[in-house]
Amino acid sequence: MSDNSAAVLSNNLIYSAILFYALAFLAHAIEVAWSVKTPAKSVKKTKLDFSRTERVGRLATAFMVLGFLLLLPGVIFRGISANRVPWGNMYEFSITGAMTFSGAYLFALKKYKLRWLGLPAALSTLLTLGTAVTLLYRPSAPLMPALKSPWLVIHVSAAIISGGVFLLANCIAGTYLILDRYEQKGIRPVWAEKLPTLESLDNLSYRLVALVFPLWTFSVIAGAIWAEAAWGRYWGWDPKETWAFITWVAYAAYLHARVTIGWRGRKAAWLCLLAGSTFLFNYIYINVWGTGRHTYSGL
Amino acid sequence: MSTVLDSRSFMRWCWRQLTSMRIALILLLLLAVAAIPGSLFPQRSQNPVQVRQYFIDNPQAAIWLDRFSMFEVFSSPWFSAIYLLLFISLIGCVLPRSIEHLKAIGAKPPLTPKYLDRMEFYTEMKKVELDEVEKYLKKKHFRIRRDENSISAEKGYARESGNLLFHLSLVLILIAVGVGSLLGSRGDAIVNVGDRFINTPTSYDILGFGKYQAEDSLPPFSLTVKDFKAEYDPVTNAAIDYELTVLTANPAGSNETTRVIKVNQPLTYGSTKIYLQANGYAPTVVVKDKTGKVIFDGPTTFLPQDGNLSSIGAIKIPDMQPQIGFVASFLPTAARDPIRGGFSSYPEVLDPRLLLAIWKGDLGLNTGVPQSVYRIDTSKMERIGLKALVLNESYDFGEGSVTFTGWTSWVNLQIVNDPGKGFALIGAILAILGLLISLFTRQRRVWIKQGRKTQVAGLAKNGIPGLEEEIKDLVKEMSNER
Ligand code: HEM
Repeated sequence: MSDNSAAVLSNNLIYSAILFYALAFLAHAIEVAWSVKTPAKSVKKTKLDFSRTERVGRLATAFMVLGFLLLLPGVIFRGISANRVPWGNMYEFSITGAMTFSGAYLFALKKYKLRWLGLPAALSTLLTLGTAVTLLYRPSAPLMPALKSPWLVIHVSAAIISGGVFLLANCIAGTYLILDRYEQKGIRPVWAEKLPTLESLDNLSYRLVALVFPLWTFSVIAGAIWAEAAWGRYWGWDPKETWAFITWVAYAAYLHARVTIGWRGRKAAWLCLLAGSTFLFNYIYINVWGTGRHTYSGL
Repeated sequence: MSTVLDSRSFMRWCWRQLTSMRIALILLLLLAVAAIPGSLFPQRSQNPVQVRQYFIDNPQAAIWLDRFSMFEVFSSPWFSAIYLLLFISLIGCVLPRSIEHLKAIGAKPPLTPKYLDRMEFYTEMKKVELDEVEKYLKKKHFRIRRDENSISAEKGYARESGNLLFHLSLVLILIAVGVGSLLGSRGDAIVNVGDRFINTPTSYDILGFGKYQAEDSLPPFSLTVKDFKAEYDPVTNAAIDYELTVLTANPAGSNETTRVIKVNQPLTYGSTKIYLQANGYAPTVVVKDKTGKVIFDGPTTFLPQDGNLSSIGAIKIPDMQPQIGFVASFLPTAARDPIRGGFSSYPEVLDPRLLLAIWKGDLGLNTGVPQSVYRIDTSKMERIGLKALVLNESYDFGEGSVTFTGWTSWVNLQIVNDPGKGFALIGAILAILGLLISLFTRQRRVWIKQGRKTQVAGLAKNGIPGLEEEIKDLVKEMSNER
């Protein structure tokens, strides 16, 4: 297969994946909307009846799986077309990131009954992919010399996976905070009928962070090893490195707050969101506007 | 007397505060916040040119920012204070715990609490033989304290070991960083293709030594740049590959061997590594005076300005009367457009141009003020000509003539000695190992008490899941036994 046809194939696969993520989003939206039962005259409170929408919900998950199954080869063929791993610029970071995020969601779905998260998960995947193909797209091109290293594969794949899971934890912490607002007033909103308890949301986001914190640590270290080979120093406080450090310290603070001081609930969720936003900031700000040696986004 | 006591208890109070978890948390968050300005303002250690530009663009703000070390955040007193306090706190917290943990090797779990039914996981079951339970728990690798009518069992001590290993490895990394900066050296040397570099302090363009590094401790190698190949993508103009071929001898004068240096493949001598950092062009010109005598013949290093390697430089001829200076641009592949004028459209030399502004007068080289080799101070000079030369073209500027005879490539070698590097790597590996052990070991206790009925209870550290099932299994197993 020529490089060019691989690139075209990759684009088509990604466009098809977007279609299925859009369908998944629609189905999830319908799931939530339809489950609002018209209140019977005798009942005051609106209730969610998910039995009516179980099928739509399953359909949404099926669309999500299909989207993932199209996105995966889309990312792989992008790599084949450039003869390297597919994360040489922002476009490729985004499609790979969207893939690992939705992959993390589907994986966690199997383990933790997370379908209530389907709507935001489908939406954020859709937005990421949409931004990627419209604003960030770059033709497939080979890597600049500094990026030619096996450590790139190791460093970036660890970073992308950690990022996917951090963001998932952020979604959950965000949900916690919104739901907590309502429950303060003593009501569980209609749309939240199917969500787990506040306590298990709290635990879930902690569990996810604790799960990938070692991977993120590893990713930072792999980056340092690569920088040592490419730039002659393992740590140089380049803006991207600085923010990776900030993210690492922020999550260490989060783990401390939970494990050693015993923060739970709202405070912990805010800290989790804060740490996650340093990751997002690093990804968006430094790649788009930043200076330093990590700017190879092609923008 | 009382003041002594007071100050001593005050010190103790301070120490207790510093090693408390709350302060550790605050220091961690402070460290994260303190790092932010280091990414927002240009830093002297990375980008001195941008710092200078910042001073030119915002002189007022820059002076104030500089007072707060905003251009040297990571070596600033306040940043250092935060991480030093954090590490003192860490050592004060972790060392006593390590000692305690070492003492606890082989120790028995704590006594069974009096009231088990207050525990998180509590069930009751039919009367069982405690010996059977003990056997069962032993098989599951629990540590066991057997009393007359109760068993206290614990599993997951490795969690604390991992946690301590992790924190102590962070200390090792900090020490390694310190060793690297105190005992290491780092320098840059620009070498033209064909030239030889001998590793002595005078050969460098920039060289920095750590506080405790002796200047004569550089390894005595020499290195001749034989060839430099750069390959570019014809569509995007981006660099695809750089390959530098050198002849090296260590020590200088011994047998030479051919080696290749690439961007991700430095050359190594012990803890010293030689990196290929940057490259550019050095156009060669011949300058003759009015009588036709050659005054200058050779390459001048130019500084690349963009991805297509359009480069600027200054050719200074102090030996002519009056002195002559050429403020010059080199375009490896010349192109023109009406807005930008002349520019380079490709980084390889395909159609080179040398653009010259010719100045005569006083180059100012004897003022004692160090001058950039890439610029000319034209304040005491007069411009006498402007010319774009193609290869092998000459131009007569009245005081003499200049001929553009060719070019060579130069490479920027970065030569780094970091003796702390290995320790940092070991620290990093141990840190990950410790983290994995501590985050994936579940620490929990199980108690069984024999009374009128048998009580079973459990406690999992940090609410780690799985204990409930474990206790269910235990109860089931014990009930089946009989
Ligand atoms: C360089 C700064 C530090 C970093 C990056 C750091 C990181 C971490 C991380 C990631 C954990 C979670 C591990 C786990 O869940 O088992 C942890 C736990 C812990 N850290 Fe730190 N820490 C730092 C400084 C400190 C300091 C200053 C103290 C003491 C004052 C401390 C004491 C502890 C303790 C007691 C735990 C609890 C472990 C447990 O009970 O399981 N750490 N630390």
